[in-house]
Amino acid sequence: MKLHEYQAKELLARYGVLTPRGRMVEAPRDARRLAEELGAERFAVKAQIPAGGRGQSGGVALVTSPQAAATATQQLLGRRLVTNQTGSAGYAVDKVLVEEALEPSATLYLSLLIDTATASIVILAGPEGSGDIEERVRSGEAHVERLETGAGGEVPRKDIEALAERLGLSRDLQSAFTTLVGQLRTALIELDATLIEINPLAVTTTGELVALDAKMILDDNALFRHPDLNALRDDEDDDKIEMGAQDHQLNYVRLDGDIGIAVNGAGLGLATLDMVHAANGRPANFMDIRTTATSLDVAHGFAMLLENPSVRSILVNVHGGGMQPCDIIADGLGIAMRRTGRSCPTIVRLAGNNAEYARFRFKNFGCKVIDCPDMWTAVSRAVDAAQSAGARQ
Amino acid sequence: MSILIDADTRVICQGMTGRAGTHYSAAMIEYGTRVVGGVRPGKGGSRHLDLPVFDTVAQAMDETNANASMVFVPPDHAAAAMIEAIEAETPLIVALTERVPLHDMIRVRDALQETKTVLIGPNSQGILAPGLCKIGVMATGSARKGNVGIISRSASLTSEVVAQLSAAGLGQSTSVGIGGDPIHGLAMRDCFKLFLADPDTHGVVLVGEIGGREEEELAEFIAAENAGMPVVALIVGRHAPTRRRMGHSGAIIQDAVSSAEGKIRALADAGVSIAESPHLVGETMRRAMLVAA
Repeated sequence: MKLHEYQAKELLARYGVLTPRGRMVEAPRDARRLAEELGAERFAVKAQIPAGGRGQSGGVALVTSPQAAATATQQLLGRRLVTNQTGSAGYAVDKVLVEEALEPSATLYLSLLIDTATASIVILAGPEGSGDIEERVRSGEAHVERLETGAGGEVPRKDIEALAERLGLSRDLQSAFTTLVGQLRTALIELDATLIEINPLAVTTTGELVALDAKMILDDNALFRHPDLNALRDDEDDDKIEMGAQDHQLNYVRLDGDIGIAVNGAGLGLATLDMVHAANGRPANFMDIRTTATSLDVAHGFAMLLENPSVRSILVNVHGGGMQPCDIIADGLGIAMRRTGRSCPTIVRLAGNNAEYARFRFKNFGCKVIDCPDMWTAVSRAVDAAQSAGARQ
Repeated sequence: MSILIDADTRVICQGMTGRAGTHYSAAMIEYGTRVVGGVRPGKGGSRHLDLPVFDTVAQAMDETNANASMVFVPPDHAAAAMIEAIEAETPLIVALTERVPLHDMIRVRDALQETKTVLIGPNSQGILAPGLCKIGVMATGSARKGNVGIISRSASLTSEVVAQLSAAGLGQSTSVGIGGDPIHGLAMRDCFKLFLADPDTHGVVLVGEIGGREEEELAEFIAAENAGMPVVALIVGRHAPTRRRMGHSGAIIQDAVSSAEGKIRALADAGVSIAESPHLVGETMRRAMLVAA
């Protein structure tokens, strides 16, 4: 789960991390009131979307009066922000963060994250934090130091101090830096975060380290032990459909094609998408039915496909296992067709446990399915069916 | 022969008394696996599936002489269960639990260091040596005993690959689900080394997907060691839905973004035969074996 900047900053403040004074607002007049209350010379007005690249894409405004803060807020709210990290759809802005704008004497890049390749927590730090850090690292213009941690994410204090020295920090700042890394490490572990990135980290004229930005990603698989953090979820409509599907034991992602896809298993799902593309078809979605799904959960999934007006054919590619034989999938499709009153050319490929019984269930439900003996035949038939349905329209 | 398991493997199940644990333990016993007991804290001394249940892994190991443990414990206690089995010096742990938190897996990997335990998983479908032993949840109907090893990150695709191999007249020595999670136990490359050392494995199928760098590491190993073993790879995810990203660290930490194309190129350059489509794995392996012979 990706957090908004304001959420990440609120969480980090609990661990003692310094952040600029400010708050999230959802209306221009609240922005003005907050700016008046802050009484600063300059304010940062920042669109709250769970992605970076905002600075280069017009998502951050620096203003000098409460009225200008209100105007900037008005301009950001309701906009759809597309950055180099959001993909072409971007995110709709419905919250902004208004803060006192600091004038740092220098900036740093600092990040703590789980490196899955080494199964450890890694610290990345570099001089000159900025939005184009990746490009500058790639071109060799900027250098990011990497510090591995040991068991439990422990790093000897002297190693962090040495890192601070390599970053060119003064002795006073070295101590502040060491404290900050410790705070971030504790936050990363206690919050079950996979990433905390502070970019830029400001060195203020008064000799403090202040997080001007904060990005945090929480491990979805650990949210069961953080009900308070789970409540921070602020999904877009598309994501809400995906989260609703999760409640039905379905991994669902909407795509923009016309072939509805149902598989059981993520790998089989990726394989099916690859084959549909190879056959010049366009998937309308990715849907992986988890082993724990009941026939009613499966019905929820098929109903999503049947109710999607873009879907012109449905491809079911399943391998029945012990806990989820093929007939559960068949029942799900039958229930969904009865519930929605809709049908669609449906091409199935059934293998593994209870494939024969599933065919019998299809008959009982009155589902007319095109039964194919292997994956490639099924994929080709589904692509043909979608194309001829498209040609008729 | 087989790798990791054989007809003499004695298995206990951590979490045997739960719904899934019961179902799959019973299926394993029916397949012929020597399941010798279960572990469920608080239920020690009772019997389940006509087998003794113990409070701890250490007790179970002592009393049953087990040499493998299957972990079927829900995500909130899965890491603790794995660490308990590591501390009890269980030679082989097969963790099937899905959705184990990443920070927990860091602790498990820390606990594994400097031990002789081999951890398979988590989020693995298990290990199958057809006709000899099954530890896991896979269907066995289409599996045949033979000489092809399988290393896989995907349970569902393994079933598909097994069916294709058997249909092509190629049985399997062992099929290993190394686990679908980013942090797991036995690495792809180390699993391959076990197959290389097994005289009865004459070819290996690799089932990989986007994410991580294990396919690239295996490719480096094969290129350097020039294994001489026919290897076929199926890499899926060329057209996976693109995920929106956040922050720069992920890109900074990996030299190259690990795409399906990058993995395919690395493996092909190392001399691995690439299955051009998921339905062509059996046929590609049959040809690779003919060329090798």
